[in-house]
Amino acid sequence: MNSLSCHYQDAEDLSAAFPGLGRRVVFMGDETWNDLFPGVFSQALFFPSFNVRDLETVDNGIMKHLYPTMDSDEWDVLITHFLGVDHCGHKHDPYHPEMAKKLTQMDKMIQGLVKRLKNDTLLVVTGDHGMTISGNHGGESELETSAALFLYSPRALFPSAPAEEPEIIPQISLVPTLALLLGLPIPFGNIGEVIAEVFSEIEDSQPRFSALAQASALHLNAQQVSRFLHTYSATAQDLQVQELHRLQKLFSKASADYQRLLQSPQGAEAVLQTVIPELQQFLRGVRAMCIESWARFSLVRMAGGAALLAATCFLCLLVSQWATSPAFYFGPLLKPTASGLSGAMVCAGLLASTGLKLDSMVLGAMAAVGSLLPFLWKAWASWGSKRPLASLLPMPGPVLLLLLIRFAGFFSDSYIITEARVAPFLLISLILLLVARLHWEGKLLPPKLLSIPRLGFLTPAGPPQYSAMHAVGLGVGLLLCIRLAGLFYRCHEETPVCSSSPLLSPLRSTVDGRTKNLWYGACVGALVALLASVRLWLHCYGNLKSPEPPVLFVRWGLPLMGLGTAAYWALASGADEAPPRLRALVSGASVMLPRAVAGLAASGLMLLLWRPVTVLVKATTGAPRTRTVLTPFSGPPTSQADLDYVVPQIYRHIQEEFRGRLERTKSQGLLTVAAYQLGSVYSAAVVMALTLLAFPLLLLHAERISLVFLLLFLQSFLLLHLLAAGIPITTPGPFTVPWHAVFAWALMATQTFYTTGHQPVFSAIQWHAAFVGVSESRDFTWLSAFLVGANTFASHILFAVGCPLLLLWPFLCENQGSQKRRQPPGNEAEARVRPEEEQEPRMEMRLRDAPHHFSAALLQLGLKYLFVLGIQILACVLAASILRRHLLVWKVFAPKFIFEAMGFIVSSVGLCLGIALVMRVDGAVSSWFRQLVLTQQKAGEQSSLVCTGAGLSARKAQPHLLPPCSQDLLASGTSLFYNSRS
Amino acid sequence: MDWPLSDTSFCIATQENTMKDTDIKKLLYTHLLCIFSIILSIFIPSFFLENFSILETHLTWLCICSVSVTAVNLVLYLVVKPNVSSKRSSLSYKVTRFLKCCIYFLTSCFFFHVIFVLYGAPLIELALETFSLAVILSTFTTIPCLCLLGPNFKAWLRIFSRNGVTSIWENSLQITTISSFVGIWLGAFPIPLDWGRPWQNENFSLDYKDSIHLFRKLQQY
Repeated sequence: MNSLSCHYQDAEDLSAAFPGLGRRVVFMGDETWNDLFPGVFSQALFFPSFNVRDLETVDNGIMKHLYPTMDSDEWDVLITHFLGVDHCGHKHDPYHPEMAKKLTQMDKMIQGLVKRLKNDTLLVVTGDHGMTISGNHGGESELETSAALFLYSPRALFPSAPAEEPEIIPQISLVPTLALLLGLPIPFGNIGEVIAEVFSEIEDSQPRFSALAQASALHLNAQQVSRFLHTYSATAQDLQVQELHRLQKLFSKASADYQRLLQSPQGAEAVLQTVIPELQQFLRGVRAMCIESWARFSLVRMAGGAALLAATCFLCLLVSQWATSPAFYFGPLLKPTASGLSGAMVCAGLLASTGLKLDSMVLGAMAAVGSLLPFLWKAWASWGSKRPLASLLPMPGPVLLLLLIRFAGFFSDSYIITEARVAPFLLISLILLLVARLHWEGKLLPPKLLSIPRLGFLTPAGPPQYSAMHAVGLGVGLLLCIRLAGLFYRCHEETPVCSSSPLLSPLRSTVDGRTKNLWYGACVGALVALLASVRLWLHCYGNLKSPEPPVLFVRWGLPLMGLGTAAYWALASGADEAPPRLRALVSGASVMLPRAVAGLAASGLMLLLWRPVTVLVKATTGAPRTRTVLTPFSGPPTSQADLDYVVPQIYRHIQEEFRGRLERTKSQGLLTVAAYQLGSVYSAAVVMALTLLAFPLLLLHAERISLVFLLLFLQSFLLLHLLAAGIPITTPGPFTVPWHAVFAWALMATQTFYTTGHQPVFSAIQWHAAFVGVSESRDFTWLSAFLVGANTFASHILFAVGCPLLLLWPFLCENQGSQKRRQPPGNEAEARVRPEEEQEPRMEMRLRDAPHHFSAALLQLGLKYLFVLGIQILACVLAASILRRHLLVWKVFAPKFIFEAMGFIVSSVGLCLGIALVMRVDGAVSSWFRQLVLTQQKAGEQSSLVCTGAGLSARKAQPHLLPPCSQDLLASGTSLFYNSRS
Repeated sequence: MDWPLSDTSFCIATQENTMKDTDIKKLLYTHLLCIFSIILSIFIPSFFLENFSILETHLTWLCICSVSVTAVNLVLYLVVKPNVSSKRSSLSYKVTRFLKCCIYFLTSCFFFHVIFVLYGAPLIELALETFSLAVILSTFTTIPCLCLLGPNFKAWLRIFSRNGVTSIWENSLQITTISSFVGIWLGAFPIPLDWGRPWQNENFSLDYKDSIHLFRKLQQY
C-alpha cells in the first residue's frame, strides 16, 4: 500500500476518484473543501477559513488532530490544508516576524511528520501559489505562480542526489504522479507529465529495471494524454493541425518502441534510452500546444475593441451634445454611416473576389472605424477651433461623480459581487440628491419662506412649481419601493455567507397549503393592482375613452390576460395536487395558457402598431368661440371686490347666451372638432406597449416576482414624476433630457435586473423559463434560448422600451402643474378673474409643434442612454481585459462582461423599438390630422383657412387651442380643440 | 461733494471687515475645539474603561463621541452666542425651547434611522448600530443647527437653499452639515470590499469623521 500525506494541493479529479476505488480519504483544514468535494472524505475536520486575519484557528485545529490521526490506521490518504502562512502573507508580508513564527511552526510540524512516517508512505508538501513581496497573490508574476514542492519518504526515492538548482515541475504534473503512485487511473482531462524519478525502483540495484519502471509509468501517462487529445481534437478545432499530426506520429513511434521493449527484454538498453525521452517529448509537446491554444489572449483585439467602444461612447456624447444645439441637422450624421457601410461592402467584395479569408469580426470593426473616423475628424475640424474641451463634458458634477463611481466599481470583484446592493445605493443617492437640489434651487418652497426679512431685495428665481410635500412624498415613495424590491435578492455564487431570498422560489415549492394560498392571493393582488394602476393612469389622462381598437384591447384584453396569468399560476403551483384523472388536462392547460397570454399580448401590440392614435374625436357644432367658466358663488356679495368679480361674470354669461342663440339660428355657423387626449397620445402608446410586454415577461418568472413588477411600474412612475419636477419645459426650442434622468433610468434598469432574481453568473440563469408554454419533451431550441433570454433581460427590455417616457413625461406633468396653478385659494380677488383666453395645456402637442426638435430630442435621448450603457460595458471590457489573469476572472469578471454585453444588445434593440414606436405614433398622428382636415373639407363648411394650411402640410394646419367647452367632458382638461373656422 | 459720504461708507466697510475677522477667528476656535473634543474622546476613555478601542467597542466610543461633541457645542453656544439673543427670556420660554430642541433632536435621530434602513441597513439585526449611527449623525448635523438657529425648521430649510445664507456662522453651518452628510455617504463605500476588517461588518463605517475635519479646515479659508 502506498499512502501519502498531501498538503495544500488542488487535486480535483483525483479526489473525485477516491471513494469509488475504496480509498479512505481523511481531510483536515479549510472548510472550503467541504463545498468543493462534498461526500468525498471518509473523515473530515473542517475549520472556518473566511477571516483572513485569523492566523491560528485552522492551523491549531489541524495540529491538534494531525498526529493522533496519523498514528491510527484509518486512512489511505490524509490531506491537511494549513492556511496560516497564506493568511499571514495577506495580513502582513513575507518578511514580517509573524511570518517567521508561522514558518517555524510549519517546519516543526513537518519534522514531526517525518519522524512518524512509515516506510510505505510518501509525504508531499506544496503550496498552490506563491506570494508577491507584499504577500498577496492572484496575478501572473513569477513570485506568485511558483511554489515549493517537497517529496519525502523514509525509503529512498530518487536514484541520485537532487541537483543544486531544483527542477521546475508544472503543477498539473502532480496529479498523474500521485494517481499512479496510489494505483488509480489518471484523470481523463489531465495533461500533466508524471515525475519519472519517483517511479524508479531504487531497492533493485539494477538500473535497467528502474528505467523500465519509469518508462511504463510514462507510457501509461502518454496513453491517457493521447486518448484525451484524440477526443478533444475531434470536438474542438482550435489545436494546430500540423503539430497535432507530429505529436500523434511521435506517440505511435514511442508506443511501438515500448511494445518492442516489452517483447524483447534482452539487449533493449538502447531502445530504453530512446523510449523515455520520446514519451517525455510527446507529453511536453502536448502541454505546450494546449497551453498555446488555450491560454491565449489576443491583446491587439482587446485593445482594438476597447478603443472602438470608447470612440463610440465619445461619439454618443458628442452627438447628444450637438443635438441640443438649435442648429442641429441630421445630414452630417448619415453620411459617415453610409460611407462606412459602403466601404465595408467594397472591402468585403474585394476580399471575397481575391479569395482572402478575413474574420467577419475584423470586417465589422473596420466598418465601424470607417464610419467613426470621418465623423470624428469632421467634429474635430469644426469644433476643435471654436469650443473649449470643457463644453464636451456636459454632465453636472454629481452625476459625473456617480457615473465615475459606477465605472470604477466594475474593476473591483467585490463591487460586482455586491452590485445588487450597490446599484440601489447609487440610485437612492441620486434620488436624494434630486430632492435636495430641487430644494436648493428653491423650487420646493414658496418664496416667502426663503426670502429673509432683513434682505428684502432677495427674491428667488420663480414661484415653486411643485409643492414640497409632493416632491418629498415622491422621493420617500421611491425609496420605499426600492427598499421593498431589495427584499427579492439572489446571492452571487461568490458571496461567502449569504442566503437568497425565499421569495424567489416558485410557489410550487411551498409546502404549507395555507401560506401557499396566501401568497397566491398576494400575487394575484399584485397583478390586479398592476392592471388597475395602468387603467387608472389611462383614465386619468383620458385615453380610456377613445373608441380605437388598442384602447378596447386595454379595456377587455388586459383583464383577460391577467385572468390567464392567474389561472396559469394556479395550475403551476398546484399541479402536484391535481387528481390523477385531471393530470393530462392540467398539463395541457399549463402549456396552452402561457401561449394564449403571449398571443393576446402579441395581438395587442399589433393593434397598437396598426392604430396607435388613441384619441376621442367629437364634432360639435355651434360651440361658442369663447366661454368662461363660472366660479360657483353663493350668498350675497359682501364687499366691493366680490361685486367687481360677480357682475362681469353675469354680463359675460348673458352675452354668450345671446350669441349662442344667434348662431344657432344661422345654419351650421361654426364647426368645431374636439379631439380629446391628444396631449398624452405618445406616452399612452408607450405605456400600453410596456404593459403588454410586461405580461409575457411576468409569466417567465416565478409567481412572486409579480410583486416586483408592480413595484417596477410604481417606482418608474414615481421616478418619472420626480424627474419631471426638475425639468423645465422649453416651449419652442430644443428639448433636452438631462443626464441625471437618463442615468437614474439606467440605474433602475440594473436594480430591477437584480430584484427580478438574477445575477450575472451562469449558475443563476433561470432555466425553467425555457419550459413555460413549451411541452417538456422538446429539446433545447432557439425558442427556449429566446425564452431564457427574455427572462434574464426582462428589465433591460422594459426600461429600454420605456426610455422615450423620459422625454414625454415633463410635458404630461405640465397638465398637473397648470391645474394646480388654477386652483389657488380664492382669497384674492385678482386670482379669481382669470384671463378669458387661458390656454389649455398643450402637453405633448408641444413636441409636434417643433417636429425637427422632437426628432433631435429622441435621437439625443437614445444616444444618452446608449452612452450610459456604453460606459458600463466599456468598464466591463476594460476590467475583463486588464484583470485577465485575476483569480476571479472566470467567476466574476468574464460572466459580468458577457451578461452586460448581452444586456447592452437587448437594450439597444429595445431602445430602437421604443423610439420607433414613438415615431410610428407621430406618423399616425400626422395622417390623422390630414384625414381630419380632408373630412372637414368634404363637409365643405367654411373651412377656408384650414384648407390652405392643409394643402401644404398637415403640421402647418396646426389646430389652435381654445378653452374647454365643459369640464365634465374632459377627464382632466386634456383636450385639444380643432377649429375649422377662420 | 461726495467725499464725506464715501468716507463714512469706507468706515462702515472696515467695521464690517473687522467684525468678519473676529467672526472668522471665533469660528476657527470653535471648530478646533470640536476636533479636539473628538480626538479626546478617542484617547481619554481608554484611561477609565478597560478594553476600550475604537474598532472593537465602537458603540461605546460612538456614544462618548456624540456626548462630547454635544457638550462642546452647547458650551460654545453659551459662550460665543453667535446669534442675536431673543428678547424674551422668561424661564418658561427657555424650558419650552429646550424641550422643543430635545424633541427635534430625537425626531432627527429617528428620521436618520429610517433613511438608513431605506438605504439598505437591515431592519432588525444591527438595529442598535444603525441607531447609534443615526445619533452621531444627528449630533454632527442637528445639534449645530439647534444651537445656531433654535428649533425653527423653516430657518433650517432656508439655510440649505441657494442664497439662503446671511452670516458667516450660517455659512459654516451649511458647509459642515453638508460635509457630514457627504462624509457618512462616503463611509459606505468600503462595506462591500472583501478586506475582512471587523468594522466593515457594521452598517456604515465611521470614516466620515476625517472628511468632516478636512472640510472644516478647508472651510476656514
